[in-house]
Amino acid sequence: MSSSILAKYLVPQAICLRTPAATAEEVIQRLSSKMEEAQVVKPSYCEAVIAREKIMPTGLPLLEGLAVAVPHTDPEHVLKPGIGVATLETPVEFSSMEDPDEKIAVQLVFVLALLDKHEQIEMLQTIMAVLQEPAVIREIINADSHEALLAALGKASQ
Amino acid sequence: MAKHILVACGTAVATSTVVCMAIEEAMKEKGIMVSTQQCKATEVPSLVENADLVVSTTPLPDDLPKPSIVTLAFLTGIGKDEIIEKIADHLRS
Repeated sequence: MSSSILAKYLVPQAICLRTPAATAEEVIQRLSSKMEEAQVVKPSYCEAVIAREKIMPTGLPLLEGLAVAVPHTDPEHVLKPGIGVATLETPVEFSSMEDPDEKIAVQLVFVLALLDKHEQIEMLQTIMAVLQEPAVIREIINADSHEALLAALGKASQ
Repeated sequence: MAKHILVACGTAVATSTVVCMAIEEAMKEKGIMVSTQQCKATEVPSLVENADLVVSTTPLPDDLPKPSIVTLAFLTGIGKDEIIEKIADHLRS
């Protein structure tokens, strides 16, 4: 992976390490407010993501017992493309994308601000490539600094 | 003639984009011509008529008149080879 793709889209103000949160909503609120402060999303983004997560959740169970969530919503709530990331102090329950009745304990959350699917295909593919590498995910979860997190992301193979 | 695959997810913006690309690439490698169309899961019933297969990352309505596969394999990598075979089998039949 070219780390320049991530450098282009990761919102530095929206990198939250060891986030204390008890619910999916709290994580989404925290990341959304950072994305809003950075003028990446509109004030309506947070509620729109929370509403969508209830109907069409974004939890993804990964290899080796890991799990992430990738909350996002329609482009109308977005000002410019970007990614926010939160690692969590303790795992937080999200519902599974494949089966909303199934709850999974998520250790890592990427919120996606998407404007145009064709322009952001490289960003999406980069994120998904990261998700397929458990060693990288584990390193991101354990990162204790922005630098460590960025270095871990840069190790994904695509 | 190319087989038509409807690729659904929640918003038709994020995950289905990745799934479309992955399916197109995998089928090309197998020499199967496909065209893909992204949509929201809620739009599937109105678009399914022209499709040979529906692939979705999120639950689909029960009574679709066409074969469908719900899978996260293209996002998570888990069971991806099996799903690619399953899709290819559907398209060859």
